[in-house]
Amino acid sequence: MALDNKTVQDIARLARLSVSDQQAEKYRGELSNILDLVAQMEAVDTSDVEPMTHPFDATLRMRPDAVTESNQREEFQAAAPNAESGLYLVPKVID
Amino acid sequence: MTITTLAQLSADLDSGKISSVELTQHYIDRVDNSNHNAFISINKEQALAQAKAADDKRASGEASSLLGVPVAQKDIFCIKGTQTTCGSKILENFTAPYTATVVENMHQHGVVSLGKTNMDEFAMGSSNETSYFGNVINPWSSSTSDTTALVPGGSSGGSAAAVAAQLAPAATGTDTGGSIRQPAAFCNLTGIKPSYGRCSRYGMIAFASSLDQAGPMTHTAEDAALLLNTMAGFDAKDSTSLDVPAEDFSAQLGDSLEGLKIGLPKEYFGDGLDADIAELVENAIKEYEKLGATVKEISLPNSELALPSYYVIAPAEASSNLSRFDGVRYGMRTEQYSDLVDMYTKTRTEGFGDEVKRRIMIGAYALSSGYYDAYYAQAQKLRRLISNDFTAAFKECDVILGPTTPSPAFAAGSRTDDPVSMYLNDIYTIPVNLAGLPAASIPAGFTKAGLPAGLHLITPYLQEAKLLNIAHQYQQATDWHTQAPQSVSNGGQA
Repeated sequence: MALDNKTVQDIARLARLSVSDQQAEKYRGELSNILDLVAQMEAVDTSDVEPMTHPFDATLRMRPDAVTESNQREEFQAAAPNAESGLYLVPKVID
Repeated sequence: MTITTLAQLSADLDSGKISSVELTQHYIDRVDNSNHNAFISINKEQALAQAKAADDKRASGEASSLLGVPVAQKDIFCIKGTQTTCGSKILENFTAPYTATVVENMHQHGVVSLGKTNMDEFAMGSSNETSYFGNVINPWSSSTSDTTALVPGGSSGGSAAAVAAQLAPAATGTDTGGSIRQPAAFCNLTGIKPSYGRCSRYGMIAFASSLDQAGPMTHTAEDAALLLNTMAGFDAKDSTSLDVPAEDFSAQLGDSLEGLKIGLPKEYFGDGLDADIAELVENAIKEYEKLGATVKEISLPNSELALPSYYVIAPAEASSNLSRFDGVRYGMRTEQYSDLVDMYTKTRTEGFGDEVKRRIMIGAYALSSGYYDAYYAQAQKLRRLISNDFTAAFKECDVILGPTTPSPAFAAGSRTDDPVSMYLNDIYTIPVNLAGLPAASIPAGFTKAGLPAGLHLITPYLQEAKLLNIAHQYQQATDWHTQAPQSVSNGGQA
C-alpha cells in the first residue's frame, strides 16, 4: 500500500507530530513498507471470527466504590513542566 | 570466568560470606568501570540504603531467598524518587512519583534495585539502537568499534548486556513482541515472558497494553524462578492483572521430563532460519530426547499472520498510550510555541525519536476514521486465529520448541535503514505475545562465529513452573548457560 506525502502529513497532524517535506518523503517509503507487510491480513476471510481483545477473554473487574487514593497533587504536579496553585498551565485556548 | 547465580549469592548472604552492602558496592563498581552503556542511571545512595536495610533485616533473623540481592531494573519501571526515562528524550528529566508494583513486590522481598538499564525508546525496537541514551554494546562482541560492535537485542538490551557482562546478577525486562526473549538469546541468558497478566503493569510505562508483560532475565532457569516469585502476583491496580492463587515457580524444578511431549512447529524451521542456529536447536532436541522426552512435528498454520497482525495492534495501542506525552503533566515541554496545538506538536516532535514516530503514525493511521475495521478489528480477528493454533497444538504436545530468533546478534547499524527487516527478528516470539502465553528463551550453544543462540520454549497458560523445569532440566544436562564472554574478566570492559 503506497501512501502519498499528503497522507503522511495528514497522519502526522493526527498524531500531533510535525514532519518536514523532506522527512515526509522518508516516512512515506518506510510507512508504505510497513503497510505492505500489514496488507497480508487482507487475504484472510475472518467473517466468522470473533476479535480477541484479551488473551483470557477477561472482562473488566468491578471493585467496591471506595476511596483508595490519598491526595498527592503537589507530589504529582512537581513533575509538570509548568504548574501553579494546583493548576497545570498551558497556552491560552479561548480569547 | 563463569557465572554467578542468584541462588549462589543467596547462599553467600545467608552464610555471612558477604553482606548485601558489599555485594551491591561490588556491582556498582563494575558498572562504573564498564563501557557497555547498559545503564541509563544508577541511584547509588538508594541502592546502598536498600542493601543496608536488607543486611539489618538479615541480622535480626529475617530471611527470604533474595533478601539483599541486587537486581538491575529496566528503565521502563517507575521507581519513586528515581529518574525514569523509558529510553526517551521526552522523559529525560522525569522523576517518578510512585513505584511500579513489580518493583514494589521485589522490594518487599528485600531485592535491592541496582539501577535503571538502557532500552529501546518506549520499548520499540529489537536492537537497543532506538534509545535516546545511545547504543548498548553486546558483551559478546569481539570489538567495540562503532561499525563492528554487536547489538544486544532489544528492547531490554541494557538489561541483557548488564547480566551478560556481570554488571548485575539478574535484571528485569518487559516483553511486548519478544523484548525479553530476543535479547536473552543474543546475550546467552535465560529470559522468561510470563503469561499475560501474571506481573502487574502498574507503573510499567505502557507500550501496547494488551501485549506488555514483565519478566526476569537471569543466567539460569532456577534463578528466573526465584526472581519471578518476587515479581508476580495479583494487583488490583492493574485491570488486566490475573487473579489467580500465588504460586511457587520453583516447585517443579526437580521433576523428571520422562514422557514429556515436545511439539516442533514446522513453520518455525523454514526459510530464513540461520543454518547454525537450526543445527543447535536440533542438538537441543536430541538432548531432550535423552532426558526422556518425545518429539513430534506440529503445525501453527497462521504463524505468518502474526507479524502483520502485531504491526497493527502494537502501533495502534502505542499511538493511544503515547498520546499522554503532550508537555502538560510530565516530561519535557518545548521552549517556544505559539498556541496549545503548537506546543503539543513541537514537544512531541522534539521529544520522540524516529521509530516511535513511525509507530505512532502507523497506529494513528490504523485507528483513523474509516480504517478501524480493515486494520485493528481485522488484526484482532487474526489474533484469535493465532491463539486458536496454539490451543489446537497443545492438544498434541506439552511444550512447543523452536529457535528464539532467526539469526544471532547482528552488527550495530546493519538493519536500521529498513524497519521491516528489523521487525523480522521477532517472527518467532510475536505469536506468543498475541496469544498471551508464557515462554522462555534459554542458551542453546554458539554459532561457528562464537555467538550465542537461543532455544525458545512455549507452554500453555499459567504453566510457568513447568516451563521453568523444562528449561532447568536442559541446563542440568548442558553448560551453555554457564559460558561468559571475555569482557566479563576485563572488569566489565567490552
